Parts: sequence; structure tokens; C-alpha cells
Amino acid sequence: MTYAEFLNEHGARLIDGSIITVQQTILAALLAIAIALVMGLMRLSSNYVVRSSATVYIEIFRGTSLLVQLYWIFFVLPLFGITLEKFTAGFIAVGMNLGAYGAEVVRGAIQSVPKGQYEAALALNMSPFSRMRRIIFPQALILMLPPWGNLFIELLKATALVSLISVTDLMFQAKQINGTTYLSIEAFGSALVIYYIMSRLVITPGMRWLERALSRHMSRA
Amino acid sequence: MNEYPTRLNDDAPMVRFSKVSKRYGELTVLDELDLDVSANEMVSIIGPSGSGKTTVLRLLMTLEDVSDGVIYVEGEPLTHMERDGQLVPANQAYLRRQRSKIGMCFQHFNLFPHMTALENCMEGPIQVLRLSKQEARERSLDLLDMVGLSDKRDQHPIRLSGGQQQRVAIARALAMRPKVMLLDEVTSALDPEVIGEVLNVIRKLNAEHNLTVLMVTHQMGFAKEISDRVCFVYNGKIAEAGPPSQIFDAPQNPRTKQFLSAVLQAN
Amino acid sequence: MFDWKWDFTIEILPRLILATFNTLMAAGVGYGIALIVGLIFALAQRTPIRIINWSVREAVEFIRSTPLVLQIFFVFYVGPQFDLRLSPWTAGMIAIGLHYASYLSEVYRAGLESVPQGQWEACRALNLSTRRTYFRIIIPQALPPALPGMGNYLVGIFKDTPMLSVIGVAELMHTANALGSESYRFLEPYTMVGIIFLAISLPTAFGLRTFETWVSKTLGMSKSKK
Ligand SMILES: Nc1ncnc2c1ncn2[C@@H]1O[C@H](COP(=O)(O)OP(=O)(O)O)[C@@H](O)[C@H]1O
Ligand SMILES: [Mg+2]
Repeated sequence: MTYAEFLNEHGARLIDGSIITVQQTILAALLAIAIALVMGLMRLSSNYVVRSSATVYIEIFRGTSLLVQLYWIFFVLPLFGITLEKFTAGFIAVGMNLGAYGAEVVRGAIQSVPKGQYEAALALNMSPFSRMRRIIFPQALILMLPPWGNLFIELLKATALVSLISVTDLMFQAKQINGTTYLSIEAFGSALVIYYIMSRLVITPGMRWLERALSRHMSRA
Repeated sequence: MNEYPTRLNDDAPMVRFSKVSKRYGELTVLDELDLDVSANEMVSIIGPSGSGKTTVLRLLMTLEDVSDGVIYVEGEPLTHMERDGQLVPANQAYLRRQRSKIGMCFQHFNLFPHMTALENCMEGPIQVLRLSKQEARERSLDLLDMVGLSDKRDQHPIRLSGGQQQRVAIARALAMRPKVMLLDEVTSALDPEVIGEVLNVIRKLNAEHNLTVLMVTHQMGFAKEISDRVCFVYNGKIAEAGPPSQIFDAPQNPRTKQFLSAVLQAN
Repeated sequence: MFDWKWDFTIEILPRLILATFNTLMAAGVGYGIALIVGLIFALAQRTPIRIINWSVREAVEFIRSTPLVLQIFFVFYVGPQFDLRLSPWTAGMIAIGLHYASYLSEVYRAGLESVPQGQWEACRALNLSTRRTYFRIIIPQALPPALPGMGNYLVGIFKDTPMLSVIGVAELMHTANALGSESYRFLEPYTMVGIIFLAISLPTAFGLRTFETWVSKTLGMSKSKK
């Protein structure tokens, strides 16, 4: 069987799987960004309780495996009366996990804005909220984009695990094709290449573009 | 390479640059530069920023390859080696042998941060010269004493002032017993109040160690006081050279005049 | 917590502890492979030979950009297609070792690049050989900045070992799955696995931080008093 024949027969499944993978990635990314912003700012709060609850969240999600979290959310949460559809459980687990890593990126970026910037904003008598929103956060945003680029690639890769709770993503389809045809190189190899294309030919250039656009925007503003 | 002799006569100078050029892509930094330095001579190199002063020293230290021309040290080619009566670019083994004649101190010291002052000085003698630990230690302690830092020998560079770091760097270079010592703006990164302590050490180099010294400096007063000869580098060539009295008091080249008056004004 | 059965928890504990050893072994062996192969990847990218340089660079990029779980399947299933049967352990160690080798090669590379050019030049001026330059001057300085990354990936590889369960390596996750399907109780096995991971990774991360500070102090490169 040539590779063209293989694609002819199984290409549609790979495309279906890729679409699910993209959906999982986008939804998980949105959730991760929201969690990262909230938890990252909470980590910098002067209130002990706020700060520690963010720390606990971050340490739990970074201290255990995504696969454990995924199984827990899918198999154990129903015992507490929270039953999630597998598709939903999938991107929620990935988003919550990567959100914990993102929180540290957000915190780190905010802390690397030079202290003089806080002081200058303070000297202008800006409120704490507008200090953050107008002065600190925009500068932090530029600093955090490159690490976010890496996180999104990690996130895309992490979505492959949702296949283990039978979400029919790219990984799942590759496994299915392998199971019926035993053409492992073709099945898994094609999936590897598709993931590579998504990482390096979509996410990486996309983030570069965003970085450039943002710094252009900031230097004009 | 036929025009260049494979070795110079017995009366050859300590260092000879023979039509040495250095190019970075389109940019010609040194353009057929000729320079002779005799044994025990103290030569200062002055000139505007970017004129190629550092490049002269880096070529002699073999940190960079020449684009054209040959450098000789003690009559033997440095940048090239002889093969079948012809000069060919030197290989690593040859370079390593020739390089032992030359030592260098850098503007930013480049001390090894994970070693103490004493360990910095002992590293080369032990690893390259194969001295015993004991010999290397004695030699290094003597040199640290000479630069006035015996009490700092067990400190890491990060705990030393700039002036102290530069004196350790000089001791480290001297520990290799080079014949030619290269100093590239060794006081430029220092606070004004510690420049004197480094200059004092350099005075001793020539007087007590019989070294040939090539020094790039912006300390015109010091260059005038200590040098046997001053070279003014301009446009990739040595535009004017002579005893300090001539260069500083009666420069011939209008570029030299211009440069010196600009420097004097700045001071 | 409601419905938590302590007697069941205690009953499954011995098997979980046994599986923990397998998990630690998988992480340890995988990390060992990654440390060595990663160094080879990093040094290969510093050779002047263009083709080696480029192909290693691309391979590292490819491995880093694709999911580990897929690589585990790939290594495990592609062998038999060529009549080469790898045990789950062998396939798993190859996949996870190579994956982390490509991460570590980036850490090494960044560490080596963080050593200032002047250090190389000073070595040249002292006539130190290339080998001595690397081992006595460059690597000791490249190590402290590389340690945090190396430590993160040690914890990282440990947390990624559950993926080995997909090809049947009997580590913690695999055991928890088995316990769950034998008893139809998932609460205790999965929760205990989470707790075991936390109980190992948090102290390890803390210990690594302490070790990093100790190393840079010992090398005398930090400002703090000895
Ligand atoms: N590695 C390099 N690549 C390209 N240009 C260089 C390099 N090193 C030096 N140059 C250029 O060579 C010229 C002379 O440099 P240098 O010898 O350092 O000058 P000086 O020490 O007199 O200030 C400068 O224009 C500098 O930009
Ligand atoms: Mg210079």
C-alpha cells in the first residue's frame, strides 16, 4: 500500500481528528489564559489568604500529572455530582493544568517590569488599578508573549492525552487506524507530522506575529 | 605567500607585523599594517575609537585570524607555519606552541568567576605549563604579592574591586612567563581612583620583568611617561610613530594633531 | 470526604507503593538517558560540520513539538512492523529519554551560551586546550544557570511517567487503572496517585532549589557571604 493510498483511505479520519484537536486546543488555551491571569495576579496580592489559595492551586496542578488530573476530573468528579461530557472534561483538564504554569509566567512577567515604573506611576498618583492596567500590565504583556508561545505548544501536545478518555482527537484517530491496519509508521507518523505542522508552522509564527504587532502597537501608542 | 620569508634573520625584532590586513566582510579594519617591536620595548598604541587598536592586539594573541600578511614573533611566523619551504596558515598545534610567548590582559578582566584570585593565577601554569601544584602556587603567590594582593588570594573575583580584579588578571598573565605582554585598555573599565594602582603595576612590568609590552591606552599622560615609542593608528594603518616626546609635543601628521587636541580638550 | 473508604485505601496501598518504585525507576532511567543524549545533542549543534548541526537541530525541534504520548506509541508499535519487538519498558525508556534529551539539549545550549565570550578569549590567551577550556572553565560556569532547567525537567519527566501506562508499563497510573477496574472504585486509587505525586514532586522541587543555591555558593559565583 502506498502512502497515497493510505491517505486516500484514512486521510478523512486524520482530518476529523485534527479538527477536534484544534477545538480542544483553542478552548483549553482560552481557559488557561483566564486562569493564568487570575491566579498570577492573586499570587501578587498583599492579602495572605488570596495569595496562598493561588499558591495551593498552582502547586497542586503543577505538582501532579496532567493524566492524573484528567482521570480524576472524568472518573472521580461524577462521584461528587459533577458529571462532565468527555469533550468538556478534556479541555477543562488541559486548560486548568496549563493555566497553573501560565500563572507563574504572568507573575514573573509582572515582577520583571522595572520597579521605577511602579514608582513613576505612583508619583503620578495613579490608582492601583490603573497603575496595573495602564502601566505595568502592557509592559508585562510584551515580556510574557515568548513564554506563552512555548506554553501553547505544550498545551497542544497535552491535548493528545484527551484521547485516553476517548475524545476523538488526532491522537485517537491515529490509534484507531493503527488498530485496524497495523500500519504504525503511516498512522502515528502522519499524526506526528500534523502536530509538528500545528506547532511550528501555526503556533510559533502566529506568536511571532503577535509579538511584532503588539510591540508596534505599543511603540505607537 | 612567496613574498614572505619563512623565518626572519637573527637580528629580527621581537614582533613584526608584515603587511597585515584584517577584514570583516566588506569592512577593512587593518590595511597592510607594518609594525616592528623590539625586545624589551614598551609601545603604546593610541588612536580614535574603532580605528583597529584592539584588532592589532587580538591578531597578535591569535584570537582572530589575519586576512592577509604575516605576523612574526622572535623571527618565527606566528600566524603561519612552514611547509615545504612555503608559508601556510598555522594549524592548532603550531598556534598553541607559538601562543605561549604571548600574554594578554583585557579591558573587562575576564577572570574566571568560579576560581579564587590564586586559583586564577595557578590554572595556566598547572594545566598548560605542567608545573607542580607547589611550584604554581609559589609562582602565583609571588606575583600576587608583586601586584599587592597577597591578602586577597582566596577571594573570588566577585568580591574584588575593578582595580583589584585587573591586577589579578595581570598576575595571571604573568604567571605564564610570556615574552610579550598585551594590554588592551586595562584601565578603561575602572573607576578613576583605582586607575593609579593598576598603572603602578604596569610600570613594574617593564622595569622588573624585562617584558616587551604592547599597550592600547587612553591615558595619554601615562603613555607619554612610560612608553619608548607611541604609535598612532588611523584608517587601518599606523599613521605616525615615534618617541613620546615627538608624538605628543610635535606631531607631524595632521590627524594625530587633531586626535590629541580632541583628547586634551576632553580631559 | 463522603464515600471515601479507608479500609479500601489501606488495602490498595501496598500495590501503589510498589508501583511508586516502578515510577521512580522509570523517571530515573529516562532522566539518565536524557542527561547523556541531551549533552550529545547540544555538543553536536556546536560542531562546525553544517549537516550534523542542521539535522540534530531539526530533530530536536521535531521531538519537542510533538506529543510524548504519541511518540511512546510510535516507538512501541513501529518496531513490530519491522519484526523488531521492543518490551514496553524498552520502548518507553527510549521515547521518554529522547523526548527529555531534546529538552535538556536546549538547557545545556543556553547554559553554554550564557558564558561570556571573554572567558573563551582568556582561555586562549592562557593557551588552555579545548578540552581543559570546556571542563575547567566553561562547563563549571554553564552549570549553575543550567541547573534550574535541569531540575525542572527532572520533576517533569517524573510527572510524565504516567503516559507510559498506555503501552502497559506497570507504573503508578497503570496500577491505579487496574485497581479501579478490579473494584469499580476510582476515587481512592486516583486520589492516592495524585497525593503520591504531590508528596514526591513538591519536596524534590524544594530540594533542587536548595541544591542550586548551594552549588553557585560553592563555586563562589554568588555575592552572598560564604
Ligand atoms: N568581530 C567583528 N566583526 C565585525 N566587525 C568587527 C569585529 N570586531 C571589530 N570589528 C570592527 O573593527 C573596527 C575596529 O575595531 P577595534 O579594533 O575594536 O577598534 P578600537 O579598539 O580601536 O576601538 C570597528 O569598526 C569594529 O566595529
Ligand atoms: Mg578597543
